[in-house]
Amino acid sequence: MTAVLDVRDVKKSFGGITAVDGVSFDVQEGEILGLIGPNGCGKSTLFNCILGQLTPSGGEVRVDGKLVTGQRPAELNRLGVSRTFQLLQVFPKLSVRDNLILAGQEHRGSMLSRLFGPSDAGLTATADQMIGFFKLEHLANEPAGGLSYGQQKLLDAAMAFMGGPRLVLLDEPAGGVNPTMLGDLKERLIAINRERRATFVVIEHNMEFVMSLCSRVMVMAEGKVLAIGKPDEIRANPAVIEAYLGH
Amino acid sequence: MSKHGRLLLAALAIVVIGGLIIVPMNFNRYGLYILSQWAVMTIAAMGLNLTLGYAGQVSLAQGAFVGIGAYGAAILTTHGWPLIASLGLVIVICFIVGWLLGYPALRVQHHYLAFVTLAFSTLMFLVFRNESWLTNGIYGISNIPRPEILGFPTRKPLPFYYLCLGSLALVTLAMWWLIRSPWGRAFMALRENPIRAQSLGIDTRRYTLMAFAIGSVLGGIAGVLYAPLTQYVDPVPFNLQLSLDLLMMVIVGGSGFMFGPFLGAMIAVLLPEWLRVAEGYYLMLYALAVIALLIYSPTGILGILDRYLGSRRTQAASALRAAAQSKLEAAQ
Repeated sequence: MTAVLDVRDVKKSFGGITAVDGVSFDVQEGEILGLIGPNGCGKSTLFNCILGQLTPSGGEVRVDGKLVTGQRPAELNRLGVSRTFQLLQVFPKLSVRDNLILAGQEHRGSMLSRLFGPSDAGLTATADQMIGFFKLEHLANEPAGGLSYGQQKLLDAAMAFMGGPRLVLLDEPAGGVNPTMLGDLKERLIAINRERRATFVVIEHNMEFVMSLCSRVMVMAEGKVLAIGKPDEIRANPAVIEAYLGH
Repeated sequence: MSKHGRLLLAALAIVVIGGLIIVPMNFNRYGLYILSQWAVMTIAAMGLNLTLGYAGQVSLAQGAFVGIGAYGAAILTTHGWPLIASLGLVIVICFIVGWLLGYPALRVQHHYLAFVTLAFSTLMFLVFRNESWLTNGIYGISNIPRPEILGFPTRKPLPFYYLCLGSLALVTLAMWWLIRSPWGRAFMALRENPIRAQSLGIDTRRYTLMAFAIGSVLGGIAGVLYAPLTQYVDPVPFNLQLSLDLLMMVIVGGSGFMFGPFLGAMIAVLLPEWLRVAEGYYLMLYALAVIALLIYSPTGILGILDRYLGSRRTQAASALRAAAQSKLEAAQ
């Protein structure tokens, strides 16, 4: 079976600093891969290389077997690759519902057909379904900028799913989210993963969250892959404990 | 918005539109000229409001597109073209030139972009002034005819004012359609967060160019009306000052608000006229009024209304919460 995401020997250097140094891994359909490592180990840079925000200095990225290295983020998104951001990235002045419609509209028809089609691109029902799924009903018409941090995190995640993606890369979805809401988020992610066979790669520092959510975990250190395996194996790996988890 | 508010808004719209049609019937030639100019400048400012207010791309070149439109209409109609045909050609030209002017915006933003568009504005002014074979240089083009619309001549000020008002109505409808379409949402995404927009599949390059192209087309349309309004074009009205005036109209009215340009153009075109009683001081008073407004409300006139409605909404929401809270407590 072809991997949904196949990363081969990706490198990225900024001047003399090599942030990502020959990383290879693959993610199979339906998998949730956790990506952990100390701050500055190259996780977010790796994400940005995969997603076209940065052009890798070397290596290849394939999505469903198709070479996508260096493609622009918008093109990748339309191929079914979606993401969330480490720092909050919603559209503050648009309503929650409009944020979600916006997140899905470019997957509907051509640019010209959208101009003359319905103003919601036929997405109000889908958006409301997503709003219900993430328990944001009472906030649907509020400007996204007025939501609490945790609610905006939920919205950010919900937006990533509007285009019906095959692969979602989540950059620290749990950062700054309170424990109750975190439980909600995890439950939602697992549900989407099962129901829609969506494949995830998750960067996260919250160990409990990663270990309970992910089917496999990859550990990075200094731009390289230190270890990759099932959560239990990672927990027991001496090199990982040395570099990251601590004694 | 509540049903009550919507009714109120509809009633207000009817009064304003009715007023704009009926009241000017008693106006003299000069009054009608000023009002026509307001309609024309509103169209140009709406274009800039799309580029700047909705899509967030700074432009100091809108005046140049009004110039392109005015010269296009002046040259073509004095050579026997009907105004509507010259409008068609001007739209095509402004779309292409606006699209090309958008390319720098893909590389630079904010004040850097302002400088690029400022250079374009200066370039166009030099073309209007120096390319005499085309524009008749500093002597300008006179005797620009006013058109016949569906058999009605618009030579007199009142019918021509109605032509300007009708054009404004059509442009407003088109703009309303555009802003509430998925394109409008994408333009706002461009303004608020281009990186996030890209990750959602929004082709930010194409939408940026489109925002420039459509905004420029509206500048051109305003120019096409400007030429037969004044019946004479020369380079002076299309220097950088016009672009700055249009920018001020957008900012003062309320950047990113559908009806901001209407108010902004009203202040820019009408206020100096009303302040004429102050004689030599009117420009100073005008400048002070604008400064005071922008200190009080940096988001323009409609920004004040928006804040007021926002605080009312918050009050209503907290009242509801309080009511729910007391009900909950009573039940326990």
